[in-house]
Formats: sequence, C-alpha cells, structure tokens
Amino acid sequence: MTETKPSTEVWITGIGLATSLGEGLDAHWDALNQRRINVDEKGFAPCVVHPQAPLNFDAQIPKKGDQRQMEAWQRIGTYAAGLALESAGVKGNQEILARMDMIVAAGGGERDLAVDSNILNLEAKGNSAPGFLNERLMNDLRPTLFLAQLSNLLAGNIAIVHGVTGSSRTFMGEEAAGVDAARIALARIAAGQSDIALIGGSQNGERKDILVLYEFGGFNLKDRFVPVWARRDKPGFALGSGGAFLVIESRAHAEARGAKPFARLTNVVADMARREHPGEITSTLETLWSKLGKLADKGAIITGATGAEPVTSEERAFLAAHPSFPVRASGTMFGHTMETQFPLGLALAALSLSRGALFPANDPTGLEVEMSSPPSQIVVIGAGHWRGEGMALVEAI
Amino acid sequence: MPATRDKFGRPIVVVTGMGVVTSLASGKADNWKRLTAGESGIRTITRFPIEGLKTTMAGTVDFIPIEPFSSTDLSERLGEVVAEEAIAQAGIGSKGDFPGPLFLAVAPVELEWPQRQELGRAIGPETEVNYDGLLRVSGGGRYTQYHRRFLFGSVADHLAEVFGTKGSPISLSTACASGASAIQLGVEAIRRGEADATLCVATDGSVNPEALVRFSLLSALSTQNDQPQAAARPFSKNRDGFVMAEGAGALVLESLEAATARGATILGVVAGCGELADSFHRTRSSPDGKPIIGCVRNALSDAGLESGQIDYINAHGTGTPENDKMEYLGISSVFGERARQIPVSSNKSMVGHTLSAAGAVEAVFSLLTLEHQRIPPTINYDIPDPAIPFDVVPNKARDARVTTVMSNSFGFGGQNAALILTREPA
Repeated sequence: MTETKPSTEVWITGIGLATSLGEGLDAHWDALNQRRINVDEKGFAPCVVHPQAPLNFDAQIPKKGDQRQMEAWQRIGTYAAGLALESAGVKGNQEILARMDMIVAAGGGERDLAVDSNILNLEAKGNSAPGFLNERLMNDLRPTLFLAQLSNLLAGNIAIVHGVTGSSRTFMGEEAAGVDAARIALARIAAGQSDIALIGGSQNGERKDILVLYEFGGFNLKDRFVPVWARRDKPGFALGSGGAFLVIESRAHAEARGAKPFARLTNVVADMARREHPGEITSTLETLWSKLGKLADKGAIITGATGAEPVTSEERAFLAAHPSFPVRASGTMFGHTMETQFPLGLALAALSLSRGALFPANDPTGLEVEMSSPPSQIVVIGAGHWRGEGMALVEAI
Repeated sequence: MPATRDKFGRPIVVVTGMGVVTSLASGKADNWKRLTAGESGIRTITRFPIEGLKTTMAGTVDFIPIEPFSSTDLSERLGEVVAEEAIAQAGIGSKGDFPGPLFLAVAPVELEWPQRQELGRAIGPETEVNYDGLLRVSGGGRYTQYHRRFLFGSVADHLAEVFGTKGSPISLSTACASGASAIQLGVEAIRRGEADATLCVATDGSVNPEALVRFSLLSALSTQNDQPQAAARPFSKNRDGFVMAEGAGALVLESLEAATARGATILGVVAGCGELADSFHRTRSSPDGKPIIGCVRNALSDAGLESGQIDYINAHGTGTPENDKMEYLGISSVFGERARQIPVSSNKSMVGHTLSAAGAVEAVFSLLTLEHQRIPPTINYDIPDPAIPFDVVPNKARDARVTTVMSNSFGFGGQNAALILTREPA
C-alpha cells in the first residue's frame, strides 16, 4: 500500500487573459457581463473565427527583436503569460521566477502561407525536378521561422521574455494538453514536488493552415456564427484566438509572500474514452465528476464544449443529469481555443469566484440559465472535439 | 526485505523493461552489439531526393518501411516497436492492458509535404493555388484520415489504444530533451504514488526534406556529406554540427515495491532527475553555463548523490561547436578536476541525434552500460579539441566498473534535463 502525503492546498493567485474579447480581467468581466462576442465571418469565409483583440505587444514583450522572433500564437501567449505574472505580483521577481515551474499546452507550426502557396503553384506549372522542393525550401524559408513553429518555443519565449526558468515543459495533444498541464502542475504542488507554477496556452485562430486540419474532419463552423448549444444541426467550432495563463501555488507559498488568491484549484482529473460506442463520453464525464471531490449545492459549470459532434450531445446528456449546476459554454464567447480552452475555463472560473458571481447566460436554447447567488464551486469541463476528457474543481476561498 | 523508499522517503523507481530502435538496428541486443563495436548508422539519404540540400546524410531508420511515408507514421511505428520490446521484457500487465499511464515524447506533429502536395493537385492546374483553395478542397470528408493523423495527440492516442495504458496519455515536447522529460514525468508520477508503473516512450521519425532544411537554415547540421559515417564528431576539434537521426526508446518504470512484489527483474534505478530552463537565447546556451550547471546539480541533489559518485557521463554530445563547448563548461564546473578523468562519451557519434527520442534512447544505452559494465565509445574522434579535455572513450568501447551514470539532454528553447541511473538502489 502506497502512503500518500497530506494534500497541500493550491491557490490560483494570478490570471492572464488576452483574447478576442480584449485583455485583462476587468475588460473580460465587462465583456462577459455585456454578452459581447467578437467574431469574424468574412476574413476566413466560409469558416467563422474569433479574431484576437488588438494588443500593444510592447507592454509585455518590450524588445522588438523578441516580437520578431515569434509568430502570432507565441506573441499572444507570451503576452498573456506576462499578464498572469503581473496579476500574481511576481513579474520581475527574479528569486521566484528562477524556481517557478512552467507547463505550457501548445500547438504550433504556423506556416509561411506565401512560401507554401508559391511552391504548390510552381509544382502545378510542371516544376517536378528531383530536388525542386528542397531548393525552394532552402531559398524561401526564413531561417528563424522554425523557432516560431516549434511547440516548446512558446515556453522558450516566456523564459526569455519573463525569466520563468524553474522548469519548462510543453504538453501537446489538443484540448487534453490543457487539462494535463493543469493536472500535472497541481499534482506536483500538492505532492511537494513544486511550490509555484505558471500554466496555460495560447492559440491564433486566424490561421488558414490550421483551419485546413480541422476542415479535413469537417469540424469548422461555417457561414454564420451561432452559440455552441445552438449548433446541433450544423455541428462544429469557430476557432478562437487568445492566451490564458494562471499562476498556481501552494497556500503556504502564497501566504508567505502575502499573495491574495482568486480561488482554490482543488482537483483536476482526466481520462481518454475510446469513443467507439455511443454513451462512452457521457459515462466518462460522469466518472470524472464522481472523482472531483465533495460538490455542494451552490455550484456552476464552465465547459469548453466545442459544438462538434457527437461529443457535444454526449456532454449535453451528462449536463442534463446535473440540472442544479448552471452551465456556461466558453466556446460561445471565445470560440474554440483548443489547447487553451481548459486553462481559459479555469481562468473564467477563478475570475467568477473572486467576483462573487457567475457571468450571465448567453444561449438562445435555454440550456444556460441565470444564477442569482454567488457560486462557491465551479466545475470546469473540457471534452476534446476528437479525444480526451477532463474536469477541474475550482472553489471560492 | 530491502528498503523500497529512497533517503528522501520517496518510492524508489526502477526500470523493468527497455526497448530501443536506432539507425543501427532494432532491439537492445543488436543495438548494443553495434554500438560497442563503434559502428555508425549514418548514411546518405535515399528516402527522398537530396538535390539542393546542404546536408544529404542522416541516421534514417529505413529497415522499418512506411508506405506512404510520413514522419508521424514512422514516429508512431517506432514508438510501437520499442514499447512492445519494453513491455515484453518487463512482462507486466497483459496484452493490450498496461497497468499505468503513458508519457510520450514526440516531435510536434504537422501536415507534411506529400499531403500538402496532394491537396495542391486536387485544386487542379487551372486555378491559382493558395490557402483559400487548399481549405476549399480539404472538406467534404475526402481527407478525414488526415485529421486523425495530424492531430498533435495522434501518436499518443494510438499507443494508448494499442498498449491499453491508463488515463489521459501525455504527449510532450521539450525539444531535444523530450526523451528525458518523458522519463522524468514517469518517475514523478510513481513518486507521488499515482501509479505503480508508467510507460515512457520517446520517438522521432523526422527525417523529411523540410525538417532537414529547417536545421540547415539554423546552421546546426554537419555538412560532411562525403563521409556520412564520419560526419558526427562530438568533442572533436573538427566537429561541424549534428547529424539528424531517427529512433525511439522506451522504458517501463515501476516502483521498486511493485516490481519486487511481482518478482520482476530489475534492470536499473532512475535515482534522480534534474531540469532547469535557460532564458538566454532561443538556440544558444547562456555563455556562463549556469543553466546547465544548475540542471546537473538539480539531478545530483534529486538523487541525493555527490558528483564524485558518478562514474560515467552519457553526454548530450551533439557535435555542434556550441553544444560540446557548453557541455564541457557545465560538467567541468560541477565536477572540477574529475571532469578530465571521468569517461564522457556520446552515442550520437554513432546513431546521430535522434532529437525528441534522444533522451530515452540514451537512457536505454546508459542502462545497458550498467548491465554490461562496458562503455560505448565516441567514434570519429581523431582530432581532439584541446578546449574540451574530456576522456571521451575515443573510438573503442571500454570495459569499466560503472555503478552510476548521468545522462544529459539539452534542447532549443532553453531546455536542459539530466537523469541519474544506477544499477542498484542507493
């Protein structure tokens, strides 16, 4: 029998948000309360995306040289990470940053669309000599583009720009990467393997190359924006843009430095249903729910439900079994930010708990209902569009 | 009954199964034979045309054919081969039912050129090709398989299904330190008591034109194309870059308690893991070596050992001018005068740089070093670099008493990781 250490309480002490709705906590809280949605139906038509709100990158990435070395997803993420460090009151605190752990949930691979298109055009015109592709790539690719594409270079840029160097781990694997980043960081702190960690991710949804990947599977929301719960007849997601980062730390560490918590990160659980038979996702979510810990009666749910099928219908069946928990789908307001959706859900949960209210429903189907009392617990759900199920319990302090 | 906890009270983590594939061979036995014979797996690339490339050789794994080729398919297949070997040796669980989680080091997945070209052709020669066109032809269910294939999580998804690992499989990248990070995550899960066993796999099948070009454009690769087998020259004065290579490594890790209880053969102990990120530059180490020094010290302190107790270093040793110089600075700062005496060899001189897989491939070779009490050489060591006075075990394997090995891995993006492996529990 393995003995387990007494579990350490873990607090969320910093939140950094830079999304399609703006930047910073007040801007987000206002936007959510105004039910604002920022969506572009034309620029990537027929696909619908949520564009990144303009950011003054100089504010968090002072060196232009650093900005030039990054593609949009890295700039957005590095920016949001800076906001999270600022929010936690550790920005520039060398002593803490040098031992702060970091787990980033990342995609990557933003391509140079002009280079790709040119090569394909020349090939279509009959340039098929052996080595043609090699020569074009050698001549046309920017030498540093690779570094803007590598998944672990979001973490690398955060280390360079903000000085977070205790450790640097990058998880990949779409939605599940965001769940596991939070799960492993929490487990390490709870077990005393770490005191403080930066977790999160970022995505640039304004990318035709990544839209191609999801178009293969028929996942892109087309033509007209509709809220997540109203997509039953036209399933799919609108890619979102944004970065969401959190600073989490042991209560003792936070108290010792006088940091104020937004909320407690009580538990994160995850699994991967095979999804071969109807009902598997629903029952996996039910099992995860049962592992979260004690759920009281003043709880709410913030889900990263994608609008893709069959997973959204299976999640809907799960939610129907827990009608006392008012639900919010972050995908309606923010779009689907993939690896970032779960950290985004954690951020919204912590923000809501700290403000003593759940933000208003934004759903014409009636699945989302208003919540008049302050929530004491929020369950964050992340069921991937193709694989991976995760859940977190975030509690008011 | 021996103690099952280390001096810090944590469960001791042991290795009960190992698998490896490199350009030299598939499996531990053949790899070890060739590695200790000082053979090179580097050859001129035949998988695709090499015209127009600055570097035309690599350590490709061509004896496991993938048709049609994609790096992701090869990575997946290599991962499967090594996991199967490791699980079979461990004799753990039952077929398709591994009793623990999967930690997978894998190169970032992306759509590759053959598929992009297929889409380009689907647009037709009459229309200007651009991403609007690519997006248009991508839908309608014609290419559904490419969604499944080119998701970042697709390799882990497949391995989790084949081997029946438990829970949410983690795909991770810490660049060229990924293999070591996968092992570290597995060790930590066992130490937390979350799992009795973990499957740690690292795989890389990245030799394709764009990957080669990317490293070429960063001037990271050797261009000694005329003599491919002599191109990887770690620690030599005339080293001029690393050689890209493919491969995979897998470890079955268990708590000593669980392994002993089921009567498993214990192959070695993962005594400690260290990491530390470097904030100096995207591709270069901090000139003062502090992050590497800190990483090595973290590994030693995690293992509860002093540098004097390490008797062999399995170096990162890529053969780039920068890496080898910085690795010497890091090791000599920690080991002092002993840095000149302790054997430090680089497997990459023979198998090339297996990138995301390297940390695990080299952990397997380190454990085989402990098992056979024989140190694999650094080959192609003809012109020593006077600035790096290591005993690199030049050109010929050497029998030696080895009880404790340190294996280093460093990567772009400021990634540093080190593992400490021992034969017996400390």
